[in-house]
Parts: sequence; C-alpha cells; structure tokens
Amino acid sequence: MSVEEQYINLYKQHADTIEKNSAGALNDARKAAFERFSKRGFPTKKDEEYLYTDIASSFAPDYGMNINAVDFNVNPYSSAHKYSVPGLSNRIYFVVNDQFYDKEQQPKAAPLPDGVIACSLKKAAAEHKDIVDKHYGKAAKDSKDGSVDFNTTFAEDGFFLYVPKGVKMPYPIQLVNLMTSSIDQLATCRNLIVIEDGAEAKLIDSIFAQNDHKFLANRVTEIFVGKGAKYEHYKVENTRSDMTNLSHIFMELDENSDALVNELTLQNGLTRNNVEVNFRGKNANLDLCGMAICDGEQHTDTDTLVNHWEGGCTTNELYKYVLDGKSTGCFSGTIMVAQDAQKTKAIQTNKNICLSKEARMYTRPHLEIYADDVICNHGATVGQLNNDEIFYLRSRGIPEPVAKMLLMFAFVNDVEEKIMIPELKDAIRMMVERKFRGEIESTCKGCASISACHS
Amino acid sequence: MAENNDDKIIEELANEEYKYGFTTDIDTDYIPAGLNEDTIRLISEKKGEPDWLLEFRLKAYNQWKKMEMPHWPHLDLPELDYQAIKYYAAPKQKKGPESLDEVDPELLKTFDKLGIPIEEQKMHVGMAVDAIMDSVSVKTTNKEKLAAEGIIFCSISEAVKNYPDLVKKYLGSVVPAGDNFFAALNSAVFSDGSFVYIPKGVRCPMELSSYFRINAINTGQFERTLIVADDESYVSYLEGCTAPARDEYQLHAAIVEIIVNDRAEVKYSTVQNWYPGDKQGKGGVYNFVTKRGLCKDDAKLSWTQVETGSAITWKYPSCVLKGDNSVGEFYSVAVTNNYQQADTGTKMIHLGKNTRSHICSKGISAGRSQNSYRGLVRVSPEADNARNFSQCDSLLLGDKCGAHTFPYMDIHNDTAVVEHEATTSKISDEQMFYCNQRGISNNNAVSLIVNGYAKEVLNKLPMEFAVEAQRLLEISLENTSSVG
Amino acid sequence: MLEIKNLHANINGKEILKGIKLTVNDGEVHAIMGPNGSGKSTLSSVITGNPAYEITEGEIIFNGKNIVGMSPEDISREGVFLSFQYPVEIPGVSMVNFMRTAVNEHRKYKGLDPLPASEFLKLMREKKEYVELDNKLANRSVNEGFSGGEKKRNEIFQMAMLEPKLSILDETDSGLDIDALRIVANGVNKLKSKDNSTIVITHYQRLLDYIVPDIVHVLYKGRIVKTAGKELALELEEKGYDWIKKEVDGE
Repeated sequence: MSVEEQYINLYKQHADTIEKNSAGALNDARKAAFERFSKRGFPTKKDEEYLYTDIASSFAPDYGMNINAVDFNVNPYSSAHKYSVPGLSNRIYFVVNDQFYDKEQQPKAAPLPDGVIACSLKKAAAEHKDIVDKHYGKAAKDSKDGSVDFNTTFAEDGFFLYVPKGVKMPYPIQLVNLMTSSIDQLATCRNLIVIEDGAEAKLIDSIFAQNDHKFLANRVTEIFVGKGAKYEHYKVENTRSDMTNLSHIFMELDENSDALVNELTLQNGLTRNNVEVNFRGKNANLDLCGMAICDGEQHTDTDTLVNHWEGGCTTNELYKYVLDGKSTGCFSGTIMVAQDAQKTKAIQTNKNICLSKEARMYTRPHLEIYADDVICNHGATVGQLNNDEIFYLRSRGIPEPVAKMLLMFAFVNDVEEKIMIPELKDAIRMMVERKFRGEIESTCKGCASISACHS
Repeated sequence: MAENNDDKIIEELANEEYKYGFTTDIDTDYIPAGLNEDTIRLISEKKGEPDWLLEFRLKAYNQWKKMEMPHWPHLDLPELDYQAIKYYAAPKQKKGPESLDEVDPELLKTFDKLGIPIEEQKMHVGMAVDAIMDSVSVKTTNKEKLAAEGIIFCSISEAVKNYPDLVKKYLGSVVPAGDNFFAALNSAVFSDGSFVYIPKGVRCPMELSSYFRINAINTGQFERTLIVADDESYVSYLEGCTAPARDEYQLHAAIVEIIVNDRAEVKYSTVQNWYPGDKQGKGGVYNFVTKRGLCKDDAKLSWTQVETGSAITWKYPSCVLKGDNSVGEFYSVAVTNNYQQADTGTKMIHLGKNTRSHICSKGISAGRSQNSYRGLVRVSPEADNARNFSQCDSLLLGDKCGAHTFPYMDIHNDTAVVEHEATTSKISDEQMFYCNQRGISNNNAVSLIVNGYAKEVLNKLPMEFAVEAQRLLEISLENTSSVG
Repeated sequence: MLEIKNLHANINGKEILKGIKLTVNDGEVHAIMGPNGSGKSTLSSVITGNPAYEITEGEIIFNGKNIVGMSPEDISREGVFLSFQYPVEIPGVSMVNFMRTAVNEHRKYKGLDPLPASEFLKLMREKKEYVELDNKLANRSVNEGFSGGEKKRNEIFQMAMLEPKLSILDETDSGLDIDALRIVANGVNKLKSKDNSTIVITHYQRLLDYIVPDIVHVLYKGRIVKTAGKELALELEEKGYDWIKKEVDGE
C-alpha cells in the first residue's frame, strides 16, 4: 500500500464526519482537493522542490488523526505564561494539535479594536461567510504541492484573523500551536489572515510540542495584505526531535503594502518551511527572512518562492543557518520577475555556517528574470567561523568557546534585527543564547516554552 | 597586448549575419536514417573497429533505449524523432589522405572559407588543427612536429587503430556510457573526434585545435574527444564549431573526456558558433554536450567557453577534483538572441583535499531568448579544505528575454568555504548616455559595454580566439540596442 | 555659437526649465551659477540631448542648427562636450578602446578615415599631458575605481581628445581638492581658443578664480534671473543667494 493510499481510504470512509466537524468554505474546497491529492500524491525527492527532504515517508507511520474532533483534555490557558512572550500583550490564542481552543479566553486579555475578528476558522466560515469565502484557498490555488491538497482535504479548523480597513492593531497577536497527545498524532490545521487596505497587524505564530510522542503537523496559512497595509508574521519553532513540522505560508501582497515574514527555527526535528509570496500590486515591499540553528539530527529545509508579477516592488530575502552535529540544512529560494514587473529590486542572501564534520548544507538560490529593468542580486555562502576573528577575540583574553559563541551571535544578528517586536527579539535572543550554550536539549520533553527550557 | 587586442576589436564590423551558413556540395557517404543495433554494427564495420569497441557501443545503446530525454525546469527541450536522423555521414574521399593532394579540393575550400587553415603553407605557426566534417576527421595538421615530442594528436578513429590500449583504458572512464541520455547516445553512435595524448613532463609546444563542421543534411554529429595529459604535462586545446543555415534542426551530441594526471594542466577553450536558427527561431543546431574532466593530484583543468550559436545549448563542462590540491576552473560567456535557449554551467565535484574551484559565468540575453546558468558545487565528506567561488552575472538587453540563475551547492564538509554571487542587470541609461555624449552610436555602445562585461572570460582565451569571440559577440547582438 | 530660446523642459512630468534664454558667442566663457535645485544640471543634460528629459518648448540653436530632438551622439559629433558632474563607471571597457571608438565616430561624421592605431596612441599620450594623467589610465576601465579627482581629470582629458566647439563643465569642481582643481582648470585653459566656447556650471566661486568667465548668469527656479560680468560671481560668494531669491520671489 502506498503512503497515500491509507489517507485516500481514510477520507473516503470519513468524508461525512470531516464535513460535519467543519464548515463553509473549508468543506466546499474539500472534494476537488481530494481529487488533486489522489492524483498527485505527496511530493517525492524526485520533485525539484523536495530534492533534499523526503516528505512522503514522514506521512508513512501510523499517526492518529483527530477526524472526530474529540476534545483534548487540556486547558492551555492554565499555562499560557510558558508560551507567551514575556512582557508582551496577553492577546493569545491556542490551537491544540489541529483544533482551535475556544472554551475559554485568556483572562483580562487586551480588548480587540472594533471590527477585528480573531477566532476559530471553522466558526468564521459559518459566521463571516463572505470574508472566508472570498479568501479561503485563493492564495494557495496555484500550488502544485500534494501536501497542500492534503491539508485542504483534511483541515477542519484553525485560526482566523481579520483586520478591517484602516484599523491598526495596537499590539501583536500571539497564536500558539501546541502539539500534545497520548498517541502519535498528525495535525492538519488551516489558518486564514486577512489584513484589509491600510490596516496593520503583527502575528507571532509559534509551535511547541509536549509529551513523548511522534508528531506531524501539516499547516497551511493563507495571508492577504491589502493596499497600503502592513503585516508582520513571525513563525517560531521550539519543538522536539520527533516532531515533523510541515508549514506552508501563502501570501498575497497588494499595492503599496509592506510585509515581513521571519521564520525562526530554534529547536525541531524535521522542518519544512514553504513560503510563497505573490506581488499583486505595484510598489509593495517584502522582507523575507529566517534562521535555523540545528544540531543533533535536526533537519531544516526552507523553500521560498517570490513572484514579482507587478513592477516597482522590492524583496529583501535573508536566511541564515548554523549547523552543528549531524544536522542538515537546506535552502531553496526562487525569485521570479515577470516580464511586466519592471523596476523590481530583489536581493536574496543565504549564509550558512557548518560547525561539525557531519553537518550538511544544501543551498539553491535561484533567480528567474524575465524583465530587463531590474536590480536582482543573490549570494550564498557556506563556510565556518572566521579564524582571524576568533584569534582576535582570544588575543583580548576571551576563551575560545566564548569567542566562537560571540561570533555565532554576530552571525545571526541581522536576522534577529528583523524582529520588530522588542519583547520577541529579547526572548529569541535568550533562546538563541541557550541553544548555543547547549542548554536546550532536543530530547527535552514536556517543557517547551518561549522563554527557555527548564534546564 | 591589451592595446593590440583592443585595436582589433574596434575594427569596423560589416553588418553581417551568420556568415558560416553556406553549404558545401560534396559527395557524401551516408548510412540511412534510423537507429538500431544494425546501424551501430554498420558504423563500427565502416570504421573497421575492434570487437571491444562494438561491444562498448552496443552496451551504451541498450542503456540509452531505457533512458529518457532530460526534462528540466525552465528548459524547453522539444521531443526529437531519433529514427529520422542519419547517424553517419562522411565526405567521400580516399581513406586516410596521406598528403593534401589527396584531400578533396571542395573540402579544402570549405575550411579555407571558414578561416581554418589546413593547407600547410597557410597554417598558423603555433597551432595544430584536426578538421572534422560531419562524422569524420578530414585532416590533422602538424602531426609530425608533435610526434617528435611524443605527442599524439589524431582522429579518434586513427587512435583506435594505432593506440588501442590507450583508448581502451580511458574511453568512458570519465563519462561512463550511461551517464546521461545524450552521453549514452553518443557512446553508441559516435563517429569521429580528436584524440590527444601528452606524455609525461611534456609541455605541448603549440595550441591544439579541433574544428567541427556539420554539413550533411538531417545528420546528427556525434563526435568524441579524448584528451589524456600524463603527469606534469601541459596542453591548451581549442575547439570551434559552425554549421550551415538550414531550416531543419540539426542534432549535435558530443562527449569530451579529459584525464589530467598528477601535476598536469589542461586548458580547454571552446568558441561555439553553431547555426542558431533564423530570427523567427526556425532551424538551428541542438547542442547537447557532455564535457567532463578528471583531475588527479595537483592537477588543473580550466574550461573556457564562448557560446553564441545553437538554437539550444545544453552543456555543463565539469571537473571531478579527485586528486588532492587539484584545481578546476570554468569561465563562460553565453550570448542568446532571437529564440535561442542556452542552459549551461558547470559541475565542480570536490573529492580530494585542498581542492579549489572557480566559476565565472556571464550570460547575455537579447531578443526573445532564454539564458540560464545551471551549476553544481559539491563538496564530499572527505574533501577537507575545499574552496569554491562562483560569480554568475546576467545582462538583459530588452524586455522579452529571460536570464536565470540556478546554482546548487551541496556541502558535506565543515571545512569547506563555498561562495556564490550573482547579479542581474541591464545596461544603464546613464552608461548609454555617457557613450552617446562622446559621440558613440547605440550599437557601438552596446558592443563596447557587452565586451567589457565579458572581458574577464574573454581574457582567458588564447589570442586568436579572443578576437574571434569578441567579433562573434558583436554579431550576435547586432541591432539589439534599439530594444534596450 | 549657441543660442537658447525660451527653453522649457520636464523630467518625469515635472517642469524644471521654465523658459531659458541664453546666448554664447565664439570664444566666450560663461558661468552659470545658482542655488541647489535651480536646474543647472538639467540645463546641461538638455543641451546634450539626454533622453531622460523632455523638451516641451523652445529652441537650442548650435552653430545655426536647431539641435532639439537630435540624438545625443550627433550633438556630440556636432561639437558639444559635457564634462559630467558624476561620470559613470563602465566596467571592463578600457579607456583606450572607449576613446578610440569615440574619436573615430567623430571622424566618420566629418567624413574622415579612422585614425591608425599608432597615431591614435600618440594622440592619447599628448592629450594626457593636459591633465597630468598617468599612463596606466589607458588600460583601466572607464572611470572604474577612479578617485573623484581622477574622474574629473579624465573628463577634461576626453574633452582634449574630442576637441569640442562648446564645452559644458558641470560642477567640475565638486569633490576636488585644491591641487586637482588647479590641474583641471589649467587643462581647460590650455584648451581655450577664440573659436571655442565654454559654459562653466558651478555652485561656488572658487573654480572661477582659475577659469575666468566673461559673463556670469544666475539660474533660479528654472530661469536665468540675473546676468552680469565676472564681478557678479564675487558678489554671490560674499552675499550668498538669498538676496537674489528675495528679489525674484518678492516680485
């Protein structure tokens, strides 16, 4: 039986249950997605986009899937402090495995501005049908990735954020994805974020894993940024070695919008981050960045595709990897500039440090340019810490391990500088430091947190 | 030298288009179109080959049958009917002309017209030429002079007869028969090509050169070049190609294998000017070439290419840096215009310790052409202290063409330092106006700026080739300035 | 030599020149001064046919020919030379190659044969003397890696090579130390004759100590608002532009 078959059968048997536990647009898109998935299957290493990550075999083990939307008996709010960025607003939402948790609210949460909707996507699909129908599946529609079809086939719920025209969110929203279960668990979750014209918002989208089980998360997040709107998206991962985290972000940028995506992978098992951004209007700006600090047998694969369909837009892309142990890093970045997208400016940079003999780095910084009046540069490097710099620090009395650590901090600093929320920046810096000091264990269980491990 | 060089560049250029598009009317010996085991036996028989070579061919053919044409992203390779192609065509002449008197005067005229001197009195002093038309080697010059140094320079057919042990030892050792679709095809049906052997410690006293010419209609050209540079030897090898302008596509699938032994150095330069098709994209040569060299300890292999011709170019001259301290280099200028597609780059495979590689690629696209750099740098776990630097620049002339960069870096060693940089740009309005203000016309300004842009690569070519290459760039880009 | 009548010009739809009137006779040196953003550099670009600018009205008569709409290379070949404020870098194109192309295009325009290589190189050597440029220049790429002073000397060297009838020096003094300024100005003065004319565009008086103008104009808000003898430059040096602005804006 192929890997796909068990899921095809599962859907056939439970299509009704899945529909019953979901709503509106999610159900409308399901059947077509299932047919696409049945045809395409999961991507394999033969696909150019998945050369270095065998995602199909990640789906092979026998995971539990919560098709019946059974309650997980946890109240995440009881330990919200562990996942909330210290000092930051307490407007925090939880998705437990793949279910939006709405039995309780964070006590004394900061009020939402008028018209802002933050809730379960399932609920929104029913109660704000027009908004969800207008956007759901639209940003991901050109994806050829079978795991996206898989998500659309099985997703019942997730997070929904809507910021109406001109409304500026006064604080960042935190969305915490919590993997917790008493069996091996596959979570299929779907988020939809709509930032209307002239609105502003920031979202911290973090994922943590509790318990001693294998987890596989397959999340799709669609983001629409309207004309002149501003949006920042921080994806933070602090999970464990038996976590497989497959994340897809699809983003549509309208005229004059300004977006930032920063993916911070600090502790993980196998992570695949897909980001696809489409410029749909002129003069928009995208900052796309991320870092991965890997050791042990961690595997972090980032695949970004930025399509400049319209002229006058800017992309600044920067990804950095620090690889130790037997870890593997992969970076594939494509920037496409269409024929009509004159005056595009795009810079793509991927820099990597290998600290150990067995670490592996694969990088593919690709440019596809069909317009002539553009400035497009890319650069990629794989190397080590600079010995002259280490020596310079040592000559000032700094011991070698400290010198190396300082240089590693310096190496990832420019990605940290792209964290525009000071509280988050501090929290990440602290975690990075603990990671470099070897204080975060990949085998650590049940104490996942944003501020640090228990140690 | 720089000034002298420049003088030639500034020579006024006639408004010429592809000037090698003529055909030669000459009696040709064909094998009928189509490919099967019998065709291969026939080719082998015509060439009077030993059994081991026939077996080599048949084995390759059987592998090829199971393979598919590569389908890569951003490269539009048309399906070809391999049964409609003739796999052997030879200008009829007495076997192995001993002197020039025995060479058909039409052939001499052809090469003369192409500017390839194979008559002794016209020969370049510092160059030996192997002239190949369609499937066979027509004439190799300067053989005797080279023989005095112990250097073997002859057609590969001759080498099979006269130096079977050398050929048997090295043929297919760097590019195995089943390496890829086109390599397998070539291994099955290759007709001729050049063979070079430089003995231990010998510096080849002159440039060696092959000149390839497709003439016959509907005929594939499948040449095979094998170069063996023994320990501490040196050779610089040049290759040039042209074909007549025909409305039909012409297939060219070649293999170049180079073995660079300990402390030896090989420079391989190509000026590829196959017929690119007409302005509407009709006709032209499909150029599918596998070029690879194996470097032993302290060896150095340097590829330099100027690619201006062919409707489709598919080639990735590569270096397998097996020996410790070996060095691989790749310098490339690829110019595409009208409907041409160029997909070219290199592979640098670092296996030995302290190996170095340098990649410099300059793509220039005009018209409705697509120009891609596709390259791989791999550092294996054993290759301690490997270093690579790659610079891949693209220049766009006009807004209907594409310039793409597809590097792959696979790093399996923590002592490696690998750097890749790429830029895409166009000629700035400011640069054009500056030239205009000094009285320089748009066409001349474009050709000046493009030549300047490609200079780093052109400078790596031997003198005679450099000038030719610069002229080619200018011709390839005639009348593109109005677009830009 | 040059007569500009009611010249209006735009860039990106914004009007910068709003009716320039200017007459330069053979052998004269004119200085055009004015505060930042008054349109000085636009004027030099427009005269030399820079396609970035659009002439909406007016005429530029150069030796009897209206050169409005003429291609920049033909304007150059007619004998107008611009020493750029910011000379552009052209990587990989050697100076000798660049100049040889330019000189021969000028010759072709006049119906002359190209200059043989040896004569051309001799000419280069001679002309380099004017601005004390060193011999390595010939093999370097156009302006690439040149210091500010070298770039400006290189401009004057090109002027010497092309022997223009009208030279426009756009802020040639900017970024120069006093020694470089002297070298550049000496070069210009040596090239001066009763048959050629010069327009010096500058913000400051100091270049005019070396290249003495016959007539000084003040450009402000796209118009020439004042014309006088060389004493005007000294007055501007002393009092700045405010009094002129007041005079004009007050009207």
